[in-house]
Amino acid sequence: MNFDDTPQEAAFRAEARAWIDANAPKELEAELSKPSAKRASENRDGMIDVAKAWQKKKADAGWACLHWPKDYGGRGSTPIERVIWQQEEGVYDKLSRPFAIGQGMCGPTVMAYADEEQKRKYLPPLASGETIWCQLFSEPAGGSDVAGLRTRAEKDGDDWIVNGQKIWTSGAHYSDFGILITRTDANVPKHKGLTMFFLDMKSPGVEVKPIKQANGMQEFNEVFFTNVRIPDSQRLGAVGDGWNVSLTTLMNERMSIGARLSTGFPELFEFCSNLMLEDGLAIDDRSVRSKLASWAVKNSGLKYTSYRSISALSKGDRPGPENSIGKLVSGSMLQDIAMFAADLQGASGALTDGDADTAGQFQAMILQSPSMRIAGGTDEILRNIIAERVLGLPGDIRVDKDVPFNKIPTKGR
Amino acid sequence: MNFDDTPQEAAFRAEAKAWIAANAPKQYEDELKKASLGRIQLRSANILEVAKAWQKKKADAGWAVPHWPKDYGGRRASPIERVIWQQEEGVFGKLGALFIIGHGMCGPTMMAYAAEDQKRHYLPPLASGENIWCQLFSEPAGGSDVAGLRTRAEKDGADWVINGQKIWTSGAHYSDYGILITRTDPTVPKHKGLTMFFLDMKSPGVEVKPIKQANGQAEFNEVYFTDVRIPDAQRLGAVGDGWNVSLTTLMNERMAIGANVATGFPELFEFCNNLMLEDGLAIDDRAVRSKLASWAVRASGLKYTSFRAISALSRGERPGPENSIGKLVAGAMLQDVATYALDLQGAAGVLSGPDDAEAAGKFQAMLLRSPATRVEGGTDEILRNIIAERVLGLPGDIRVDKDVPFNKIPTKGR
Amino acid sequence: MNFDFSDDQKQLRDEARRFLTEKCPPKAVREVIDGKATYDRELWKGLADMGFLGVAIPEAFGGSGAGHLELCVIAEEMGRALAPVPFSSTVYLAAEALMLAGSDAQKQKWLPAIASGAAVGTLALFEGSGNPSPGAIKLTASNGTLNGIKKPVPDGAVADFAIVAARTASTGRETDISLFLVDLTSEGVEAKALTNIDPSRGQAEISFKNVKAELLGPANEGWSILTRVLDRAAVLIAFEQVGGADRALEMGRDYALDRIAFGRQIGSFQAVKHMLADMYVSATLARSNCYYGAWALSTNASELPEAAAAARISATQAFQHCAKNNIQVHGGMGFTWEFDCHLYYRRSNALALGLGSLSYWEDALIDRMRQRNAAA
Repeated sequence: MNFDDTPQEAAFRAEARAWIDANAPKELEAELSKPSAKRASENRDGMIDVAKAWQKKKADAGWACLHWPKDYGGRGSTPIERVIWQQEEGVYDKLSRPFAIGQGMCGPTVMAYADEEQKRKYLPPLASGETIWCQLFSEPAGGSDVAGLRTRAEKDGDDWIVNGQKIWTSGAHYSDFGILITRTDANVPKHKGLTMFFLDMKSPGVEVKPIKQANGMQEFNEVFFTNVRIPDSQRLGAVGDGWNVSLTTLMNERMSIGARLSTGFPELFEFCSNLMLEDGLAIDDRSVRSKLASWAVKNSGLKYTSYRSISALSKGDRPGPENSIGKLVSGSMLQDIAMFAADLQGASGALTDGDADTAGQFQAMILQSPSMRIAGGTDEILRNIIAERVLGLPGDIRVDKDVPFNKIPTKGR
Repeated sequence: MNFDDTPQEAAFRAEAKAWIAANAPKQYEDELKKASLGRIQLRSANILEVAKAWQKKKADAGWAVPHWPKDYGGRRASPIERVIWQQEEGVFGKLGALFIIGHGMCGPTMMAYAAEDQKRHYLPPLASGENIWCQLFSEPAGGSDVAGLRTRAEKDGADWVINGQKIWTSGAHYSDYGILITRTDPTVPKHKGLTMFFLDMKSPGVEVKPIKQANGQAEFNEVYFTDVRIPDAQRLGAVGDGWNVSLTTLMNERMAIGANVATGFPELFEFCNNLMLEDGLAIDDRAVRSKLASWAVRASGLKYTSFRAISALSRGERPGPENSIGKLVAGAMLQDVATYALDLQGAAGVLSGPDDAEAAGKFQAMLLRSPATRVEGGTDEILRNIIAERVLGLPGDIRVDKDVPFNKIPTKGR
Repeated sequence: MNFDFSDDQKQLRDEARRFLTEKCPPKAVREVIDGKATYDRELWKGLADMGFLGVAIPEAFGGSGAGHLELCVIAEEMGRALAPVPFSSTVYLAAEALMLAGSDAQKQKWLPAIASGAAVGTLALFEGSGNPSPGAIKLTASNGTLNGIKKPVPDGAVADFAIVAARTASTGRETDISLFLVDLTSEGVEAKALTNIDPSRGQAEISFKNVKAELLGPANEGWSILTRVLDRAAVLIAFEQVGGADRALEMGRDYALDRIAFGRQIGSFQAVKHMLADMYVSATLARSNCYYGAWALSTNASELPEAAAAARISATQAFQHCAKNNIQVHGGMGFTWEFDCHLYYRRSNALALGLGSLSYWEDALIDRMRQRNAAA
């Protein structure tokens, strides 16, 4: 057991490090190094231009979407090389966020289901950040239950006509393309009547509206479709096979390892190391230590779980669903830590103006953290995944499986 | 809002208090006070004999099972008087543990379903502790899913012939009678083929074996039935109506209010008040205080929740399923408190002998017993279901066994 | 035993709920959250007209003299409705301090004004980060002149007067602290609104530069008065928390019944229903602790300090637990601005901090239990 690179890995790391050192936008380093909770209060849109510039630079030098084939804008790297690149890219990796969904979910789906000509046309600019893609899956009627979606696609000559509404679409307002799952047959059971497409987000009839979140920010959108026409050639997979296509997309979401999730622990540890309580430093208080220690081992447990996954990757193994624990643990931990940090500040903990010592970061974390337990799979869905796919327990009893979609109840009472 | 008795309640309390002061077996008071979870043992006497003597004494003076009708051995006390009696009986109430199932569950079921002459015959000695009754419901195949039971009863002339096995039967080895739920028809859906009986535990073919528990004690038994004959006259309720009869029994279990569930908090508080850590008393340590405070408010929350229920009783209201929270909160808390108390003892926390361990091994015993508290008499999960469904009005679990003939329900998971 | 509110008190609760349902819907709370008003003045006037502001104030001072049990009942409803008014600062802090320690003239001047809705009051205690403690009070008073800064002061930007904790000596003892009553229109007072996680209730920084003030209660007894005021407010705020927790639980329950996923009501999944059952348990334990606190408050029982701390801790935990898991039950929709879940989440976190932190009250509870134990 060791933490060393193989000679091959070491060579790759050295090459990556040298290139980053010579080319990274160092002027942004300080800003990007700020704690996550603080960053969360920034406007991501403002980052688009610098993010695109960095992505293009990487693409020109062959460092964009490393694990993709060269023909589609990647460099055919191994999974472990991809992780090494992420480690070396460090804080600049945060500039990749606007592309994460396109490259992590839309790209692999297009790669698996589009024809060769389309792949050569659409994938390279997606890899280089010249075009941004979004994923149009969630709907008001289908959150955890993705397949409960109701957006209709009806065949009309060589086109499909789409009507309906999507929700929680990140970056829809700055995206050029999107992959879209629709219902093409409501008379068959829910998983069987779905069909996947990709579309130009500037198509007539597409309307994007930002969603104001509980914490006052706007990171997501609603997207409305009114008689939007999509050519049949932009269908991904067979008609009625959309559910299987979407599983390709969602599987790829969970494959992204080494994406470090924020737990709030480093911020809390630093805060407690400096905070003076009435009778001394917070970190010298035994009740504070007891809490810190509990969180410290969760934090390190996550870190070393990801190291184990990286080692598995290095040996050529495919990472499995056990990586679901990352968000499950960090989501509620972030919330608990934020509340504890505010509690340590006493009545002032409710203020968001930002004292010099904390800059309101924990207050922002309190307001943002509920979404971490929901977005990209609720805590409850993640526990189901662990129980079913890791431990092999049976799935929930399904009452909607063999029922025609239009016979499934839509209201609880 | 006040904690005062009404004049009527005060008079009842005074009478109870005076009688208890004059008659209680005071020589066991200290030992009973210290008794922790699990079966109580007395150093100098047989608990069964002491308990029976106290119950008989109470019965002779009309204080046994106060809320039962006079004809059946009670004094027709109101629910609030019953609570007052419990409060006044105090630690001596622990001697009633042996009779709890008979008085709390078997008796009410008999009262609801037996013939009048049977009631007059069986209930008074049950009330006075001369007879002990047990409840034969749980089976290896049916724990939380009580109706999954497989013990068969087949009609043979005027008798029924029983074959099968029960489990988790408290006190089966010293019980005189039991109420027994059986399956009389496996070809109908599970809840429809059940029938209830009562039987003499000395009937031929009844065999009782103690279960050695994870904590080393043996509070429960397995009971085997081999061609046991029960006269049809001892059937409770109609053939096939056993599920409804059992609900009467189980409902009565949950009605026992004011039965203080142990949380472990008072013990932990006292322990922390006296335990010296390296740099002072445990209770002066802020980390300890923070934990204590969280548990303190749970313990007091339970206490005042029961006060609210008592007040509702006092007004003549029926307490509802919201009382399920008692065991749910207390069970998990007991386990956490015990774990923490051991942690405070450091490496020595593993020692469990009464002479070596802090607090005479009380917390070690608690640690080993507490997992059962979260399971017996309704698991934490069943209690959460009860709260969610009967208090909050959420839907029941999706059932796949409801309309299926019992003998078509799978018996193995894989 | 009658460990419950009386029929009259329950009738008052129903009346308050009807009133607040009509006059204080979530829309009214949002007006203040969105910054369109500093507080809901119309609601404030309505509360005065209903007699709710003076429910615990004696008739001689313009109140109805009903009592503190009645105030607990109102407090629960205020919490349930998230009323965006300076109720807790004025009624639980300022009025309680006046009733405990005010001179006849002070009571005569301010209590009727509180009851009629004419005056908003507050308590200026904190000076930045930290918990209630005599050592943390740096604002000085000499010869009736105050100098220093208080922050955060609840509703400080809209208050007409404040009870101010000030340092009158530096011996390191509790007797260093005295309380002063300050008309906030006085010269030298400057209030600045601060943003906070629950914008439906204001917080402010108030600076005092050579401000003339009169003593409230005997000099050097400020800290002991303050401790009693905080205990009383802890019980009352705990009722607001229990009201909020109950409402958050109901919202979660209703959504679990309405929302379909995988062809079923989401409330039929044990993961969801057990989460709701646990919320119910928290809320019930808190309510029971609060009832005990209400009894101790209304009878001035010697158990009040312990009962208040228990009610405070239990209700803080319950409201935070219910509010955060109400969002969880609602899923993504619960995290939208449009749904009301975040209003409760914000309020739960603000109320958890307003009287000092959870750890402060935990420490206080064990201290008080221990003292009682030692005395017994």
